[in-house]
Amino acid sequence: MKTFTSANPKSVSEAVKLLAKGNAAVAGGGSDLLGMVKDHLVSPDVLVNLRSIQGLDQVKEQANEVVIGGLVTLAELAEHPLIRGRYAVLAEAASVVGTPQIRNAGTLAGNVCQRPWCWYFRNGFPCYKNGGKTCFSVIGENEFHAIFGGGPSYIVHPSDTAPALVALDAKFKIAGPSGERMVEAADFFAPPSKDPGRENVLTHDEVLTEVRLPTYPHWTFMTPYSVTSSTLRSTYHKELDRESWTHAVASVAIALAMEGPTCKKARVVLGGVAPIPWRVPKVEAMLEGKRITPELAAQAGQAAVEGAKPLAKNKYKVALTAAIVKRTLTDLGSA
Amino acid sequence: MEGTGAGIVAAKVVPALKGQTAKQAKAPEAPLAGPALDPSVPHSTIKLTINGQEHRVEVEDRWTLVELLRDHLKLTGTKIGCDRGECGACTVLVNGESAYSCSQLAVWMDGKTVTTVEGLARNGKLDPLQEAFIEHDGPQCGYCTSGQLMSAKALLLKNPHPNRDEVRAGMTGNICRCSNYNHYVEAVLAASGTLAADARRRA
Repeated sequence: MKTFTSANPKSVSEAVKLLAKGNAAVAGGGSDLLGMVKDHLVSPDVLVNLRSIQGLDQVKEQANEVVIGGLVTLAELAEHPLIRGRYAVLAEAASVVGTPQIRNAGTLAGNVCQRPWCWYFRNGFPCYKNGGKTCFSVIGENEFHAIFGGGPSYIVHPSDTAPALVALDAKFKIAGPSGERMVEAADFFAPPSKDPGRENVLTHDEVLTEVRLPTYPHWTFMTPYSVTSSTLRSTYHKELDRESWTHAVASVAIALAMEGPTCKKARVVLGGVAPIPWRVPKVEAMLEGKRITPELAAQAGQAAVEGAKPLAKNKYKVALTAAIVKRTLTDLGSA
Repeated sequence: MEGTGAGIVAAKVVPALKGQTAKQAKAPEAPLAGPALDPSVPHSTIKLTINGQEHRVEVEDRWTLVELLRDHLKLTGTKIGCDRGECGACTVLVNGESAYSCSQLAVWMDGKTVTTVEGLARNGKLDPLQEAFIEHDGPQCGYCTSGQLMSAKALLLKNPHPNRDEVRAGMTGNICRCSNYNHYVEAVLAASGTLAADARRRA
């Protein structure tokens, strides 16, 4: 590996200062970053080890929200009683990331901020993600690429936890040189039409430090309904081309506020099919105020893929996405 | 035919495994014995515990944990396969949990406790997992075996009596190019006592 200095900041502000100074990269669990350094995709002179900062590895409940430190590992998240009990979609998403080894090291913030796994990008092709002006997947090997929201880059967002966090109306706390800012999960991810070189709004000297989940009485999207833990149902379903390690070929995160058998409010977010977690508001609207019958779920599956623009080799994702939305909704509706 | 082939390979592998465990009784003496640290490269001094022994070592910041183990501490039981956190050959325990040692910097291990395959046997006696791996012909070519052992160890530390599905799920981070997965699963079940309990139930 190229040489670099490993820095152990004691505070977030110290970490941000190190990043602002110049050619530095931030490491949470480190798995993704070290691979990219070895492959010469990034060449930092300073590697900022966030795990030296105390207090970013806690799940805390405070007024109106649950705060998850950016360094909480995926393994911890998958087994955390509060997350499993109240935010099943997030625990389930964390539990299907990679492998046990990756989940032990990998952090929530790192999973959300990981770079795409497009084979052109990872193999050093001069594509948009590597600072070039081309997306090789357009006329190349595109079976795992985007069917929604593509152009000019057609990568898919690889994170499992990102669609879950968008479905839960999470807020992200970002620390930078001028202080902290809060961003809605849905606004954190940036489509390639904005900047094809990046996947989110973080600048080079900013760090995602915290994720905040609203607690039920304060769930903005679900007001004015009174939502309690027994009436929120959520789940994550991931389809892979093999049983482990890899990223979603297509996935869906669903959160439903139920009143008896009736869905009062819904969030449906697709993963693995677009450069950002892909919300489907039309599907959410058609579920609201209805019982989730198998017929409605089938219609929702079809509606979820309306407007899909598959590339030459990924048309299968359209049928697959419709099927997992239908199946996951049916299971959740009858749970 | 399949059985015969596996038997021949296993017969070659078993003494190697036993040889390895005999060797590990001797703790590594010279801390840095591999390619020397380049003083012009950013480096740090760390303290960590490896297989029960405390080490104070100077490491280049860019060294991965597996480089430290293999190239500098002579703990070559841990293997490098892909060097990208994909194959699992480099799996070790860090503070009791499985980790890809190719995907962790050595310098991040300051203050941590690392267990490698050399640390499984105690007082010259193999770990029940190692015994079961031999008994159930776990290794074919053997390259992934130390990683498989460490993933199995991490699993049993958390869940001493896993069922078959839990073993499969717990071992998903380790690839075996000989595709000897079923033997590994049997071995882990045997070591955990689940296989015996299964057999008793069926009897």
